[in-house]
Parts: sequence; C-alpha cells; structure tokens
Amino acid sequence: MSNPAAKATLRETGDGLTRFNGLKPLTNAAFSLLFIVLALITFLPVLFVFMISISSEASIAANGYSFWPSEFSLRSYEYLWQSKDYIGRAFLNSIGITVVGTCLGLILTSTLGYALSRPNFYFKKLYTLMILVPMFFGGGLLATYMVNTQLYGLKNTYFALILPGACSTFYVVIMRTFFQTTIPDSIIESGKIDGASQLRIFVQLVLPLALPVIATIGLFFTFNYWNAWYGAMLYLDSNHRELFPLQYVLISIERNIAFMAQNEEFLSEESMANMPTESMRMAIVMVIVIPIACSYPFFQRYFVGGLTIGAVKG
Amino acid sequence: MALVPIFRKNPEEALSIKGEAPIKKKRRRFTWDDFELTLLSLPTVVWFIAFCYIPLFGIVFAFKNYKVKRGKGFLYSLFVNSKWVGLKNFRFLFLSSDIWNIFRNTLCYNFVFILIGVTLPVALAIMITQLRSRRLAKVCQTAVFMPHFLSWVVISYFVFAFLSTDMGLLNTIITSLGGERIRWYQEKAYWPYILVFINTWKTFGYSMVVYMATITGIDQSLYESAVIDGATKWQQCKGITIPMLRPVISIMFILNVGNIFSTDFGLFYQVTRDSGSIIDVTQTLDVYVYKATMESNNYGFSAAASLLQNTLGCIMLITANLVVKKIDPDSGLF
Repeated sequence: MSNPAAKATLRETGDGLTRFNGLKPLTNAAFSLLFIVLALITFLPVLFVFMISISSEASIAANGYSFWPSEFSLRSYEYLWQSKDYIGRAFLNSIGITVVGTCLGLILTSTLGYALSRPNFYFKKLYTLMILVPMFFGGGLLATYMVNTQLYGLKNTYFALILPGACSTFYVVIMRTFFQTTIPDSIIESGKIDGASQLRIFVQLVLPLALPVIATIGLFFTFNYWNAWYGAMLYLDSNHRELFPLQYVLISIERNIAFMAQNEEFLSEESMANMPTESMRMAIVMVIVIPIACSYPFFQRYFVGGLTIGAVKG
Repeated sequence: MALVPIFRKNPEEALSIKGEAPIKKKRRRFTWDDFELTLLSLPTVVWFIAFCYIPLFGIVFAFKNYKVKRGKGFLYSLFVNSKWVGLKNFRFLFLSSDIWNIFRNTLCYNFVFILIGVTLPVALAIMITQLRSRRLAKVCQTAVFMPHFLSWVVISYFVFAFLSTDMGLLNTIITSLGGERIRWYQEKAYWPYILVFINTWKTFGYSMVVYMATITGIDQSLYESAVIDGATKWQQCKGITIPMLRPVISIMFILNVGNIFSTDFGLFYQVTRDSGSIIDVTQTLDVYVYKATMESNNYGFSAAASLLQNTLGCIMLITANLVVKKIDPDSGLF
C-alpha cells in the first residue's frame, strides 16, 4: 500500500463491506438527489420566512411574500426592538420558563427514576404502576383545566406554564433505564458502606455518571418549554400580557393583527403609522426559530441517544 | 475471618452456603434505605397525584350538569350543586349534527398518518443508511430532523407564508402563470391533502432518525455474511434490516394506534387558523373538546367527548398490543 493512489481509492471506497456492498452509482445518485430534495423541502420554509422578515412593507404589498424581495429592510427588527417592553419581556418570559421548567423537570424525573432503578426499593411496583396508569388514562382537558384553575389557582400565573409539563412517564422511564443499565451497583454499594445517605449517593455518585441522560432529558424539556403555547392559551387571559411567552405572542398577534397598533404605550406615535405588520410577524417567528435552528444540530445526537435508551423495554 | 461476609451478598445466600434451607420469603421490611428513597421521590409522586390523578375525578363532569354556585368553592359546585344527569351528556353529544363528522375526521386522518408514518420513514431510513457519502447523509438527516423542533404555532406561520390569499407564494405563482387566486383558507377540498402533507413534513424526520438509530445498531457481520452468500441489496433489506426493525416498528405502531382517537391540536387548530368555512374537514375531537371547554363553555359535552376519547384510546392501545403480540410474540409494548 505504498502507492498513494491506492490509498486514496481505499479512503474513498471505505472498508471492504462498503466496497463490495455499496449502492450502484446510479442508485446512489438517485437516492442522494431524493434526500437533497427532502432536505430542501424542510429547510426552505425557514429561509422563506426569514426573507419575508427582512422585506420592506412596500415590497410585500407590491409582490406578496417572495424569496427575493424587491427591497430589503430591517424595520421589522427595529420595531421589535422598540417594542421591547412587550416583545423583550415575552422573550425573557420564554427563557425564564424554559430554564426553570427544565431544572424542575430534571429534578422530578431523575429522583423518581433513581428510586425506581433500585431493585429492592419497597414501593417499586406501586410507583411503576403509578407512572404507567396516566399513559392509558387521563381526566381530559376540562377536568385538567378545572382542577388547575379552580383547585390550584394557577390561572394567570407562571406556574400554569411550568408545572403541568414538568414531568412525564416517558422521561422517568428513560432515566430509570439509564440508571439501571449504566450505573454499576458496586458504586452505590460502596457509597452505602461508607455510610452515605441515599440523597448523597444520588447527588455525589450517581448524577456525575448520569450526565448523558441528564443532557438528553434536559434538552427534551428545554425544547418542550421553548415551544409550549397550549398552556398559555388555556391559562392566560389577554389582559395579562406581562406573562406571555413568545409563542403566545404569535398567537395573540394572529388573533388581532392590529394588536401592536392598539398598544400605544409600547410604541411612539409616529412609528405607529407605518408599522411593518407583515414582516414583523415573521420577525417574531425568526426570534423563536433562530435559537432552535442554530442549536439543534449540535444537540441532535443526544436526542437520538435518548430515543434509543427509551426504546429498551423493562 | 473478616473476609467471609464480603463474599456473601445477602443473608439468604449466606445461609444456603451453610447448607441450611433458605429463609422463606416473607414480606419485605421497610428499611431506612426505602425511607430515604421514598423521601427522594416524594416531589415527583406529589406531582403525579396532583396533575395526573386528581384530574381523574373530573370524569364526573361527564355525568353532571355543572352549575356554579357563587361564593362556594369549585368542589361544592361540582359535587353538591350540580345534578347527576346520567348519560344525558353522551346522548346529546351523539345527537349533535357534527359529532359524526368529527369522529370521521379524527379516524381518517389518523389512519392515513399511521399508514404514511409506518412506511415512509422506514423506507427513507433504509435508503439514507445506504448512501455512499456519509457527509451528505449526515447533512440531510440533520435537515429533515428540524421540523420536529418547531412548534405548530411557528409552522402555522410557515404555512401562511405559502397559502395566504393576498401574499402567499402559491398564489403568486398561480397568478404569474395566469391562474385565479385560490382562497386556500376557505376551500375545503384542499385541506385533507394539505394537512397530511404538513403532518408528514413535521414528523417523518423524527421517525426516520429513530429507525436509523436501530439500523446502525445492527451487527455488520450479518451483512458481511449475506454478501459472501451473494445476497442482493434487496434481499439483505428484506432478510436482515426489516426483521431487525420489526420490534421498533411495532412499538411505534401500537403507540400510534393507541392514539387513534386523539390528534395534534396544533395541526388542526393553529395551522388551519381555525377557519370556519373549512371546519367540516378539519375539526377533530381535540379541537371540539377545546372549543366546547374554552369557547362555548359546553362542559358536559366536553367531558363526555374526552371520556369517550380516553376510553376508546385505551381499548385501542390494549387491542393493538394484543394483536401485535399474537403475530409476533417478541414484539409488543407491554
């Protein structure tokens, strides 16, 4: 293999299996083309909405939404900045809800997951049953809504946006399976021999080893909370704007297009007259999408990891 | 002397080593360890009781005529002030004209979604793992995974950018080709296709990645020996890949069938912009329940529909699991 050309061919064709078992060049080209088309179909709408958000209002009025506007403008983002009392607040709400919700969710899922992973835990059977029943049966929207608003008084509070989504059977099962399969019993035993309490074993011995699953579930929670809008729709009244997360701002604007114009306190008089409503809505969409689009490629392997852990039965 | 206990894992084993009969299993004592674990998991247990079990009592809404008594609490209103009406809520629910439409929509859309959701992602996952260029496969996989991370609210705006009557891209193209503008959000005929397309667009990447993870986990030596035996690509796919995927496929299938009476509220409410003129083909059970609860305050109907949805879903889930297990005893969810 001293011949550099031969080395290069080997690098291109890979190991023996791909060499003898690869697709025929024509099939490969067809498949590649198919996936490029699919990738474009998923990606183009994002680009499209971005282009709308940087179009000038005049250009939209003349040509409709287009991939290449006749006139570019960053006015919509300027307006978002000017209305930061409202949009900025919503942005901070979204971030706050996401951070608090993720932390709470991680605490709730990991503690129960750990308890269930202990083979001799007294309530193991009972608790397993307890987390499985909600997968089959729920009270329904009305019952949930009534209990949350009338019994717990969650209406128009941040709690309404955080608590109902803070735990789920699926995540607890993933946690349990991970603890069961990857944390050696000997570590927990050694902790016990040293006289550590279960809380201490959990925090100091188990959690540091469980970082992969913590990252996975944490990301699940982060994306869930960032994308949540149903809770806001159910539990927030229109006169509690200070609580709105970004997703719900989009829904409200949707319901009332001239919404911003009505809220004079957010905008100065002269700017109201020529507000770029069309591009501004799309600019809010971009404020939501850009953090996701920029971060998920780095995190997606954790998602795949979580899915495969969760697929283990038990 | 001190070494001996280390080799004995538990008392029973220690005794059996000595040749005595192992202690008869009696009810396990509640140890200090159990106490600590119970304490550790207490917050989560409280959460499950508060948010999963207490709402279960709300099922009585379906059999009550809910009347609020001012000045009294919600529980008093529900349990004391509201009359039992038996199955009246259900009877009126079925007498209302649009409920059959709603059931038809829910079932038909889900049927199509399951059909596409089981076949397309499996096929694509097999294809993408065969691509010669790893880099291209990685890039495409990342791209098609993206819609999974977007909310329906955001997607409803994407859709609006294409379908808006005045400014949407589709109408711009149609008019530039000399056609008439289509009022998409008013035309019933297009929506079944639009909704199926959008749902597929959002979900296929995620399912594809799930199947891909399983395919890449398959032992490569299986394929090696198949190649040596002269198996073609198609034979390898039929003989190795699909059988290895079967457990995952059946789990996804069972979960989907169990959810056949519930739909994605966001898809049918946000993406359609709750447009009244297309409601015949877009209203599903979840949209109905939401509207009955939040818009028309028709509590009896809402609760009855939810209970029906839950019960039927539960039955479907168990049935699907039984059927799958009958066909293939190794598959199945539980």
